[in-house]
Amino acid sequence: MNLNILYHFGRYVLLLKTAFSRPEKGWVYWKETLRQMEDIGIGSLVIVGLISVFMGAVAAVQFAYQLDGTLVPSYYIGYIVRDLAIIESAPTITCLVLAGKVGSNMAAELGGMRQKEHIDAMEIMGVNTAAYLVLPKVAAAMVVIPLLVTISAYVAIIGGYLAVVPSGVISADDYERGLRAFFVPRNVEMMYIKAVVFAFILTTVSCFQGYYVKGGSIELGKASTNAVVYSNILILTADYLIAALLMG
Amino acid sequence: MIIAKDIYKSFDETEVLKGITMEFLPGKTNLIIGKSGAGKTVFLKILVGLFEPSAGQVWYDDVDFFSLNKKQKREIRMKVGMLFQGSALFDSMTVEENVGFPLDMFTNKTRQEKLHRINEVLERVNLENANDKYPSEISGGMQKRVGIARSIVMQPRYLFCDEPNSGLDPKTALLIDELIKEITYENNITTIINTHDMNSVMEIGDNIAYLHLGQLVWTGNRDEVLESDNELLQSFIFASPFLQRLREQALK
Repeated sequence: MNLNILYHFGRYVLLLKTAFSRPEKGWVYWKETLRQMEDIGIGSLVIVGLISVFMGAVAAVQFAYQLDGTLVPSYYIGYIVRDLAIIESAPTITCLVLAGKVGSNMAAELGGMRQKEHIDAMEIMGVNTAAYLVLPKVAAAMVVIPLLVTISAYVAIIGGYLAVVPSGVISADDYERGLRAFFVPRNVEMMYIKAVVFAFILTTVSCFQGYYVKGGSIELGKASTNAVVYSNILILTADYLIAALLMG
Repeated sequence: MIIAKDIYKSFDETEVLKGITMEFLPGKTNLIIGKSGAGKTVFLKILVGLFEPSAGQVWYDDVDFFSLNKKQKREIRMKVGMLFQGSALFDSMTVEENVGFPLDMFTNKTRQEKLHRINEVLERVNLENANDKYPSEISGGMQKRVGIARSIVMQPRYLFCDEPNSGLDPKTALLIDELIKEITYENNITTIINTHDMNSVMEIGDNIAYLHLGQLVWTGNRDEVLESDNELLQSFIFASPFLQRLREQALK
């Protein structure tokens, strides 16, 4: 079992080593990177927006409920929603969702290409397939996912506002006051560090699962599932490590 | 010239190829035939370098392919084109982009020069006005022709075809055979075709190799197929009573 993990880890590292080599033709890779950016970014905007608005709304409603009748000022709701969005929900939850959407898609795409001999066809042409198929995805994700995370943080804060202000739980001025209170710029830095690290994890793990698919549709399904499961586990592990390192 | 020397290949405990040695005729159509499971595809994939043999060598002219480093292998691959069984066209690209992919990746031609070359090869495979279509929008026969166009766009010296007629109706299969044969002679390409289509054997087989259970059991040309007394070959090629009668009549 342990040897098996080492074997897969070794293959993962070797794939990355090959993938991060000099591209044959820069502009071909750039074109593919733009296509991936569109797929990951535009294709994920709606789902990221939806989950973020509800994450913010749920956080606001629950904190309002817990703070009710306590001596804690109500404007803290805005403060808590903001920090929760920036520190945790925007980078982590968004990337967990993206691992399900984008990661499984990447694993299925590469696995399908392996099964339909597209990867063999490229190999015979002399293309460095690991680089051409993995590098643009990783580069695109590391640019686009931090942008999605930024949008997610803003939308979560708007979601929190919509959940508690129109219903009269707190006033708009109090919510805004909370948003401005105790702001620590380092939290935003941490959000971006998390977003970049998680983007790297979810794309490389998913590409690894897809690139080495063998067999038929059952194996392809397993690769897609593994891509999501392993990405999620590694994202949460990295989340803890980053928090421990930067906040500890 | 391509020469395979004493090729062995095993997957885990299963020995798929058991010492195949053969020489492929330059500028001709070389056919590898055999029943399903005979090891044809594995042998072809070893010849193009997709699989590494357990033992043996593949020589491209005076170079042992598997002794080369990555960069040197890539240089050899520039001289190789391959048509896959399922065509292996990239779904996200149009016909034009598929055919132009090797040009984009490995040449410094201008957009106009590339377009000219793409149209030239598409015209050669009788596929005009399909540039903007996606693989899913064209028939299986058209996909094969796009696959051929892509495999010859870089003017290869060697062309490999894995089951080029698979999934095609007999008439389209004949057209594809004819096209491969014409391209082979026009460009003096060494073509290696892996097939179990008997029409191909009798129409375009300049040099035929029959594999049986991972071993090379017969070689010859299409005229010699009829006269051969190799029982394994005869039971494979003239499998049905109808074909056996045809053979007997032809021999008379």
